[in-house]
Amino acid sequence: MNQKSYTRIVAVFIGLAAVFGFLVILNMNTGNARIPVNEIVKIIFLGTGEEMDYNIIFKIRLPRVLMAAILGGALSLSGFLLQTYFQNPIAGPFVLGISSGGKMAVAIAMIVLLSRAGTVSSYSLIIAAFAGSMLSTVFILLLSGKIRNMAGLLVGGIMIGYLCSAVTDFLITFADDSDIVNLHTWSLGSFSGSSMENVKISAVVIGVSFVAVFLLSKPIEAYQMGEAYAQSMGVNTSVFRRLLIFLSSVLSATVTAFAGPISFVGIAVPFLIKRLLGTARPLCVIPAAFLGGAVFCMSCDLIARMAFAPVELNISTVTSIFGAPIVIYMMLRQKRRM
Amino acid sequence: MNDHYFQTQSLSVGYDGNALIHDICLDIRKGEIVVLVGPNGSGKSTILKSITRHLELIGGKVTLEGKDMGLSSYAELSKKMAVVLTERIRPELMTCYDVAAMGRYPYTGRLGRLSDTDKEKVERALAIVHAETIAEKDFLSISDGQRQRILLARALCQEPELLVLDEPTSFLDIRYKIELLQVLRKMAAEEKITVILSLHEIDLAQKFADKVVCVKGDRIACYGTPEEVCTEDRIRELYELDDGYYDAVFGSLELPRVDGVPRAVVIANGGSGTPVYRKLQRKGVPFVAGILASNDADYRTAAKLAAAVIEEKPFEPVGDETIAKMKAAIDACEYVIVADVMTGSGNSRIGEIIDYAKALGKVR
Repeated sequence: MNQKSYTRIVAVFIGLAAVFGFLVILNMNTGNARIPVNEIVKIIFLGTGEEMDYNIIFKIRLPRVLMAAILGGALSLSGFLLQTYFQNPIAGPFVLGISSGGKMAVAIAMIVLLSRAGTVSSYSLIIAAFAGSMLSTVFILLLSGKIRNMAGLLVGGIMIGYLCSAVTDFLITFADDSDIVNLHTWSLGSFSGSSMENVKISAVVIGVSFVAVFLLSKPIEAYQMGEAYAQSMGVNTSVFRRLLIFLSSVLSATVTAFAGPISFVGIAVPFLIKRLLGTARPLCVIPAAFLGGAVFCMSCDLIARMAFAPVELNISTVTSIFGAPIVIYMMLRQKRRM
Repeated sequence: MNDHYFQTQSLSVGYDGNALIHDICLDIRKGEIVVLVGPNGSGKSTILKSITRHLELIGGKVTLEGKDMGLSSYAELSKKMAVVLTERIRPELMTCYDVAAMGRYPYTGRLGRLSDTDKEKVERALAIVHAETIAEKDFLSISDGQRQRILLARALCQEPELLVLDEPTSFLDIRYKIELLQVLRKMAAEEKITVILSLHEIDLAQKFADKVVCVKGDRIACYGTPEEVCTEDRIRELYELDDGYYDAVFGSLELPRVDGVPRAVVIANGGSGTPVYRKLQRKGVPFVAGILASNDADYRTAAKLAAAVIEEKPFEPVGDETIAKMKAAIDACEYVIVADVMTGSGNSRIGEIIDYAKALGKVR
C-alpha cells in the first residue's frame, strides 16, 4: 500500500468518526424538546441536570441513537459479508430472505400469541424475529451444500424470501385488522422504543460478531479472488463459507429482531465505503463499513424523526429513498465496467 | 533415475461421482515440465482440477513426495502448490500489485499484512513476468494477456514447488506466449519447480515440454517425451485430423492440399517456396513444386501442399530425367512462378528450366 492510499484511508476514517460524533450530538439535541449541547454533556458525564431532560436523554434519545448506530453498522457489515460470499454486489440480508424469515416469524408470533395469550411482549417478538431470520439462514446453508454455483445460490436465497413472504401474506389474510396494522408498522422498521436494555444485548451480540468478522479479514480477502483461488491459498472453503453466512446472519437477525427489516443499508453502504476508501481490503472495509452504516442509519433516523415532526416516518421509508438511487447508480457503473 | 516426486496412481477423475477418465498413472520428476494436450472437452481441465483438489477424486490417489495429497490440509498444500486457473476473477478495486501480493497468503500473519520480505518477493515475482510497469493499475482495467501474467506472478509469490496451470497461454499473443513459457522453463531449471499445465497449442507443447500427456476418450492416450508422443500419426489420431496436416518436425500446421490438375508450377527452394505454396493453397490453385532436393527447407511443405513434387536426391546434381519431368510440367500448366532460387554447382541446371519457361511466355 503506498503513501497516497494510506493517507486517503486515514482521512476517510477521521471524516466518518467526525460525522459520527456530530450526528450523535445532533440526534440528542433535536426533537420536540431541544436540549442544548452543554446540557447534554452535563447529563451524560456528570449525571446532573433537569429531571425531564435527564429522562429524555437516557430513556429515549441515547438508546435510540446508540441503537441506530449499532444496528446500522451491523446491517452494513452483514451486507459486505454476503456480497463477498456471493461475489455479487446486490446480495444483502434483505435480498436473501433473512429479513423475510424474521418477518414471517413475527407475524406468526403476533397472530398466534395475541389470540392465545391476549398480549405479546416485545421480547417474544425479538426472539421470534431472531429465530425466523436464523431459520432462513439454515435453509440457505442447506442449499449451499447442494448448489455450488453462487448465482444459483443467490436465486435460492431470493426464493426463500418469497416463500416466507407468501406465508406471511397467507397469515395476514386470516388476521385481525389490529394485527395487520401492528405487523405493518413493525415490518417497516423503527428505532423508536429502544431501551438501554436492548442496546446492551445487541451491543454484546454485534460486538462479538464484529470481532469475529475482523479476525476473518484475511480469508475474506482471499475469498474476494474467488473460491477456487482462496482454496489454493490454504483457506478451508467449506468451513469458511458456512462461518461467513452464519456471522452475517447473526448480524442481520439481531437488526431484524430489534428494529424490524431495514432495506438498502446492506447494499448501498458497503459500496459507498469501498469507493470512498479506494480499496476493498477487508482490513479497512470491515471497520469503515460498520462506521459508515452507523452514520447512514443515524442520519436516516434523524430525518425520519424530524422531517415531518411530530409525525414520524418509518426507517425503511428513509433508507429506501436514499439507498435505492445509490443501488441504481451502482448497477449503471457495473454495466459500464463489463 | 526417477525420483517419483509427483505421482497419480490409478487416478479416476470426473464430476458428481461419475468417472470421465480412468486409470491415469503419471510419474513426474522434480523440476520436470509436463504438458497435457488433447482436443477441446477431452478432460484436461478435469484432470488438473482433480490434482489441485478443486474436484473430488473418483478413485486412486495423487502423491507429492510420496505423501497422499488428499490427506494434507489446504494450508500445508498452499505452500507447496500454486495454481493459475482459467476461471475469470473480478476482484474489486485491486491493483495488479494487490492481486500478486495475495499469493503471499500462506506466509503472512493473522491479518494478512505484508512484511518487507513479502514485499520484496512480490516485486521479484512481478519482475519475472515483466509486469513492473502495470503494478499500480487496476486489475480490471488491464488486458486479458496482462491479467494472465499477473496471475502467474501471484502463483510465483506462493513460492510453490509444484505449479499447475490450466491453459495459461490463452489470450496471450505470441510474444507473451514465448515469454511465459520461458519463465516456466527458467523456474523449472533454476528453482526445480515442477510444472504441470495444459496447452491447446500442440506445436508449443512439442517444443516446450519434457513430457507430453495426450488426453483422449476415457484414458490417457499416450504419455512420454515429445519425441515419442508427437509423431504425425499420433497427433492426427488425437485430434482426428481428417483434413490438413501436422508437421511433426517443425510443429507446423498446414491446411489441406488442393487436389486436381496442376495449374501452376512453382520454381523455388531453400525456404522461398513455402509462402508461395501457402498462397496458392489459399487461392485454391493446384500446383507442382520443383526442383527440390528431398532435404530442402521447402520440401516438407511442398510434400504436404503441392499436387506433385519434382524432386532430386540430396547433394546430387540435377539429372536429365528430372529436367524432363519439369519441362513436361511446365508444358502442361497455365503459368510458372519463379521465387528466389538459390543455385550452385549441384542444381545449376535450374537456370535452363527458367529459360525454358520464359521462352514459352509462362513466367509471371
